[in-house]
Amino acid sequence: MALPRRVLGVGAVAVVVVLASGCAGAGGGSGSGGKSVNVLMVNNPQMLDLQKLTAANFTKQTGIKVNFTVLPENDVRDKISQEFSSQAGNYDVASISNYEVPIYAKNKWLASLDDTVAKDGAFDQADILPPMQQGMTADDGKIYGEPFYGESSFLMYRTDVFKAKGLTMPAHPTWQQVADLAAKTDGAQPGMKGICLRGLPGWGEVFAPLTTVVNTFGGTWFTKDWKAQVNGQGFTDATKFYVDLIRNHGEAGAPQSGFAECLNDFEQGKTAMWYDATSAAGSVEKTGSPVAGKVGYVAAPVVKTKSSGWLYSWAWGIQKASTRQGNAAKFIAWASSKQYEQLVGTQLGWANVPAGKRASTYANPSYQQAAAAFYQATEDAIKSADPTNPGVQPRPTTGIQFVDIPEFPDLGTKVSQEISSAIGGRTTVTAALAKGQTLAEQAAAKYQKK
Amino acid sequence: MTAIAAAPPASRRAGGRRRHTGALWGLVAWAVGLFFFIPIAWMILTSFHSEPDAATNPPSIAAHLTMQGYREFFGASTGTSPWPAVINSMTASIVATLLVLALSIPAAYALSIKPVRKWTDVMFFFLSTKMLPAVAGLLPIYLIAKNLGMLDNIWLMVILYTSMNLPIAVWMMRSFLAEIPMAILEAASIDGAGLITVFRRVIIPISAPGIAATSLICFIFSWNEMLFARVLTGVRSTTAPVFLTSFVTSQGLFLAQVCAAAVAVSLPVLIAGFAAQDKLVQGLSLGAVK
Repeated sequence: MALPRRVLGVGAVAVVVVLASGCAGAGGGSGSGGKSVNVLMVNNPQMLDLQKLTAANFTKQTGIKVNFTVLPENDVRDKISQEFSSQAGNYDVASISNYEVPIYAKNKWLASLDDTVAKDGAFDQADILPPMQQGMTADDGKIYGEPFYGESSFLMYRTDVFKAKGLTMPAHPTWQQVADLAAKTDGAQPGMKGICLRGLPGWGEVFAPLTTVVNTFGGTWFTKDWKAQVNGQGFTDATKFYVDLIRNHGEAGAPQSGFAECLNDFEQGKTAMWYDATSAAGSVEKTGSPVAGKVGYVAAPVVKTKSSGWLYSWAWGIQKASTRQGNAAKFIAWASSKQYEQLVGTQLGWANVPAGKRASTYANPSYQQAAAAFYQATEDAIKSADPTNPGVQPRPTTGIQFVDIPEFPDLGTKVSQEISSAIGGRTTVTAALAKGQTLAEQAAAKYQKK
Repeated sequence: MTAIAAAPPASRRAGGRRRHTGALWGLVAWAVGLFFFIPIAWMILTSFHSEPDAATNPPSIAAHLTMQGYREFFGASTGTSPWPAVINSMTASIVATLLVLALSIPAAYALSIKPVRKWTDVMFFFLSTKMLPAVAGLLPIYLIAKNLGMLDNIWLMVILYTSMNLPIAVWMMRSFLAEIPMAILEAASIDGAGLITVFRRVIIPISAPGIAATSLICFIFSWNEMLFARVLTGVRSTTAPVFLTSFVTSQGLFLAQVCAAAVAVSLPVLIAGFAAQDKLVQGLSLGAVK
């Protein structure tokens, strides 16, 4: 009879799959071998390079197997938040940013690195750039994270286009100068717009550059005593300027343009300028990039402040509930080390080094040569960033392009959706910021009571 | 021929109209089919493009074709193999589907062929378990799994997928078993067949198309499930849909890689669908003509 044979066939397949899953380590409980470390990290190019180099180098040297889980940025934030808040202990190390480190440390979700990585002489903690270390240090003065790579923001522009149009870019431009240059370069080549600025909703998308514009226009999300200022003069002026600039001379499809879309537009010659992360320069100058060697880099544009670039770093933190903290510390000490940068430089090219965290990187002749176009501008941008005093008034928390409270991602994302609508012409800036003000007041209420 | 030639002109016109109407409906069906297939065709085409071509706006059909997206899926850059995730998905989907069948067929028997008392209430109870939004159960399940030490364990997903698909399977199998004529079952009993024999030699062969349709639905639901897998799996038990998302990055181009991964991850379901195509059509039309 055919059917029982078929049933047997399906059963046999199931047995094979189950056995195979056992071989692949699919089943089992939450523990695994002592010589291993589980790492949860964001899918960024620097992390993928790390994944590529780990087995042949770190594992070979130490015998510690590293199990990576890689997820997109929003997913990884959710997963890390869920994992660390419940102290589930499935992951020993996670990629966290200078936004999360102070909050997680305050909640006692992170193990201090003072007695492990920071104490390691070979690691050379003193080599970490001061603004980066500041972001990794909690209120108790202890270090809870080690940066893997860091970034600020700067203005990138097409030198060939500027030359052809007889234009000059100042070393420290103002936003008004940038707007004028955007108008002059708009249409400089067929299909070319003046500037690319993020318009994609998300607290880490449109609000990364926009908050730096708000800061330098004299605005802020909150005053020192937690009064919401989203519809204040500075915030409104900055947002109107930003939205008008995009609508007049910005990229096509701006409400859907984030970092990746702007990178593509800039590389494809669809915009003459781009204000974004310093880490973009590595991609812009990469071999094969159509605009490599044709780009100039200057400081983030300003209005009322001396500098305005943001400060962000992807760093490593150890979950307090981890049972393999020793292995985890060894992994971090390797991944954030000078030796790892050397390894990337020699094996993958110096332009791919996860830079922006160590002073020694910028003094390295090999790196200087590979990143000749942008290394100085990057170092200057990071060193000039001040996360404690980024605007013209005192702030209630640290952070340049974010407010370091757990409510900010939700608040920033909701307001960003309104801003994105304004960029798309579906609402006005005034209406968008009025809604934002209400949301910001709700978020600030619990801090005002303290 | 003579008869046709002699047919009244009105009938010929009616026949011609029917043929034209049939052809028109055929065209509409093709147009609708193609319309729904466009996103899939686009995904397949994009999977063979380079990343810059895939990100071009407006998209280019005539771009250079490459296998780079598929190479990336198989770990060319990172050395990360997709096989553990695929095997995990296979394990969860196949084992959960077998468990669902093992539980739903006897349950359906007790609700159709030999109905228990108040069987309609039982059917409603099964249906009511699907009324709670899945996300509402996510946190309690996460906390229970954490306390039981079952996080990042593929057998937790097997249990979850079994329980999630069981109500649908019971409803489907009940409608299929209700189609079996009672006279056949009575004849088998008169011939001395016990319950097990009746199941093996009468009920299962007759309801095979229904079992195939139910299995495929359960397999597809389990294979595609992402909400629970994203939260409850991790290093050892990650499933294919979660692995697929790992190609998405906010700092670079990824469309071609994600399309290649999506095509590759869809293949097992497509293969299962094609393999069970005839049974599936029979099974689904059983319910349709009832």
